[in-house]
Amino acid sequence: MTAAVFIGCSFIAFGPALALCVCTIAAEPLRLLFLIAGGFFWLVSLLLSSLVWFIAVQIGGSNNASVKKNLLIFGVMVSVLLQEVFRFAYYKLLKKANKGLMTISQEETLPISVRQLSYVSGLGFGIMSGVFSLVNILTDSLGPGTVGIYGDSPQYFLSSAFMTLAIVLLHIFWGIVFFDACEKKKWWALALVILSHLLVSGVTFQNPQYEGSLVPSYIIMMLMATWAFFTAGGSLRNLKLCLMCRDKDFLLANQRPR
Amino acid sequence: MSRSVGESGGCGLLFILNFVSFSSGFCWANSVERKIYIPLNKTAPCVRLLNATHQIGCQSSMSGDTGVIHVVEKEQDLKWVLTDGPHPPYMVLLEGELFTRELMLQLKGSSRISGLAVAISKPSPAQGFSPGLKCPNDGFGVYSNNYGPQYAHCNWTVWNPLGNGLAYEDFNFPIFLLEDANETQVIKQCYQDHNLPQNGSVPEYPLCAMQLFAHMHAVTNTVTCMRRSSLQTAFSLNPEEVCDALSDYNVWSTLKPINTSSKIDPMDEVIIVATRIDSHSFFWNVAPGAESAVASFVTHLAAAEALHKVPDVQKLPRNIMFTFFQGETFDYIGSSRMVYDMQMDKFPIRLDNIHSFLELSQVALRNSSVLWVHTDPVSRRNESIQPQVMKLSLLSMGANVTLQEVSQSQPLPPSSFQRFLRAKQIPGVVLADHRTSFQNRYYQSMYDTAENILMKYPEGLSPEETLDYVTDTAKSLAEVATVVARALYQLAGGTGNTSAIQADPRMVSRMLYGFLIKTNNSWFQSIIKQDLKGLLGDELPQHYIAVTTLVNTTQLVQYVLANLTGTVVNFTKEECLNPEKTPNPEKEMYVYTWVQGSRDPNSTSRVPFCVQSTVHLTKAASPAFELKQWGSTEYSTWTESRWKDIRARIFLVASKELEIITLVVGIAILILSLLATYFINAKAHVLFSSPGDGGAVAY
Repeated sequence: MTAAVFIGCSFIAFGPALALCVCTIAAEPLRLLFLIAGGFFWLVSLLLSSLVWFIAVQIGGSNNASVKKNLLIFGVMVSVLLQEVFRFAYYKLLKKANKGLMTISQEETLPISVRQLSYVSGLGFGIMSGVFSLVNILTDSLGPGTVGIYGDSPQYFLSSAFMTLAIVLLHIFWGIVFFDACEKKKWWALALVILSHLLVSGVTFQNPQYEGSLVPSYIIMMLMATWAFFTAGGSLRNLKLCLMCRDKDFLLANQRPR
Repeated sequence: MSRSVGESGGCGLLFILNFVSFSSGFCWANSVERKIYIPLNKTAPCVRLLNATHQIGCQSSMSGDTGVIHVVEKEQDLKWVLTDGPHPPYMVLLEGELFTRELMLQLKGSSRISGLAVAISKPSPAQGFSPGLKCPNDGFGVYSNNYGPQYAHCNWTVWNPLGNGLAYEDFNFPIFLLEDANETQVIKQCYQDHNLPQNGSVPEYPLCAMQLFAHMHAVTNTVTCMRRSSLQTAFSLNPEEVCDALSDYNVWSTLKPINTSSKIDPMDEVIIVATRIDSHSFFWNVAPGAESAVASFVTHLAAAEALHKVPDVQKLPRNIMFTFFQGETFDYIGSSRMVYDMQMDKFPIRLDNIHSFLELSQVALRNSSVLWVHTDPVSRRNESIQPQVMKLSLLSMGANVTLQEVSQSQPLPPSSFQRFLRAKQIPGVVLADHRTSFQNRYYQSMYDTAENILMKYPEGLSPEETLDYVTDTAKSLAEVATVVARALYQLAGGTGNTSAIQADPRMVSRMLYGFLIKTNNSWFQSIIKQDLKGLLGDELPQHYIAVTTLVNTTQLVQYVLANLTGTVVNFTKEECLNPEKTPNPEKEMYVYTWVQGSRDPNSTSRVPFCVQSTVHLTKAASPAFELKQWGSTEYSTWTESRWKDIRARIFLVASKELEIITLVVGIAILILSLLATYFINAKAHVLFSSPGDGGAVAY
């Protein structure tokens, strides 16, 4: 559907991620490193889940449509579980790396806190996941045609872009909650994260009824956003302070050098 | 993780790598592309051909031309396209019946057309259709201001009155032929579902559209494109040539073998029999040429076979050369090259050796069994030419074909003989089924098929039975071949009884089947070499000269001629493939071919054998390209443009408003997220500090 749709959909899906990278990641080299490594870990999890799905198709492999659909559902579930496993693996690796960095550097404090790491790794996972979901579709959106000649919905590109936006943001929030849960050994929080991930992936099987998949995904995203906000140390009081521009007073009151 | 994990996994990695270069074609038929586009596979494009002064044919934009489909089934539908329709540019789907010059000139002048798709009309249009010129090969025959000026430019007889000259116009939009009726139906269904105006109201987006890719690299004329190509080959490491000359090979064979490495004795006389083996139509590589070429050369092959069966041919005083010219449709490429070679002494036979010339023009549509004999009125005035021509006319005794002469003041029809007359006055005749203008109402068009020469097969025959069934057309052409063979025998000085000379209708029928319906039949399979399986195909055979050397038609004519006029010799494969190893002066006069033979009925293997024949190939490329005279008016200068990508597809297009909305929403989200992120980042030390650590959070 030409360049306008291509640019529009890429901005919809990756606008927030781009903004986050530009404002928070680009200036700090360490954060950039961990972002890219996070993306790499997500890629490896995708590779493994592709392998599992491929083998399953070869074994189960028939031309029966319902068998294919069941295999796809199985593949998606396996992929979600593998992603969370790799998130956990990344967490473990980061803990070890931080320890190592501390021993060789002169500083006493960690160069990068776990909270920042959780945010950065979530963003890395999210960007990579978004890119893989959408790039295929974006390239075809450049051509002159739009989806629909076989009866599919013409809102295909827009819905895919919005879904990808939800996924990217969701990965950030999942990352924050996950790492915090691992730090504080809150296993129920971990289970909830995995469950919500499975739910969001499962809900996409409602497509092409896009209301059925987009609305639940955004609701879950809002819920996860608030959970992550509170986990990251935010509170309603801080929010009120910021919004009413009383933060300067707050700082002065605490008399800490900036 | 959305459900596209499986689909995008493998392709996604490649797309990451190619993201910057936007190369979407690497993963062919990925699932999103399959949702959007329906490719049209059975199409033929119209390509650009150039000669010394003009360019003809069609051109599309570099990245294809897109337009909203509109089906034009009657003249009134055109109004929507030209003036009324609200969503220009339009891509017109035209019924074959409406593909006329008037309509095309209307479309040519309009800026609301981005392309045209013509649905081939079955049955052929009743009023006839010929995209060729009214006066074919004008200016390259023998009649000019210096020779018979009253006959030049068809002033005396218009040979192709139905010719509308469409194939020689220059269009700036792509035109494709839809050969498959199923694909045409798919397009019409898409049009009916999305593009039909509902009760006078404007059709709404999304609309069904078509995109045609046929970008041609050459422009202006042959001089320009050959100059650019030669600059490229001379100076570039990776030359990008823009056009190629139309060239191929002529096939010739002699009744008595001659030594091709030297010239024949100046006292020897040769009678040349000639036919053309190529045709053309508006679209590229669509050239069934049944009446204009195939019937003639099949008759010629049958006559050659009949002559070779006569026991005393080797003792005839004069030799006979059976010549099959390629490229005659494009200003006599083959014959002009042969005449040039004879003049430059590059051919074993010289112009002085030619005793007379017999050409078979279009011979399949005889009405009331008359075959007309055309001669050149200008050279007939020369006394020495006259008697020989009269002799040919009287040789029709005792056959089912009546040879009659046309009016004495009528010029020759377009024929290869005219090129020979240009060089030297030779006595000769052209045999045709038309007295004045052509009987062929589909001259050089896509409708000149087996139906045009009335080839009818009964229902329910298997391919093998169809191959051997003798049609009435075959019988009629066999009669012509018989007359030609007998005439040649007498012309060559034969004194025996000619009633034994008969062409075989069964062989004629097999050849017609092989060259007009399916080349992949058991007989053709048995007479070709082993490693040439790709030569035979299952689709309808086409006879366009093309730019690649040795098109299928030339090779098949070569093998059929070798099979019909040659003898089987008892050589081993080694001896057959390397005849120079065994010393024998006879061997220099012959050509040996190792053919794969027919299949044993019980086994699956074939019994190959060696064929000894006198069939040769000589290059049929216009002398203009040898002499590098690209602007020549003396020789043919036809070239064909090069191209990269020719394809067609249909899809739905969305409205511009929806696209702009998407863009605006995207930009809005980007700006919003930038603002929000900046704000959150600036206030992060406040937002994310819990009461406990009071500001010491390292953010």
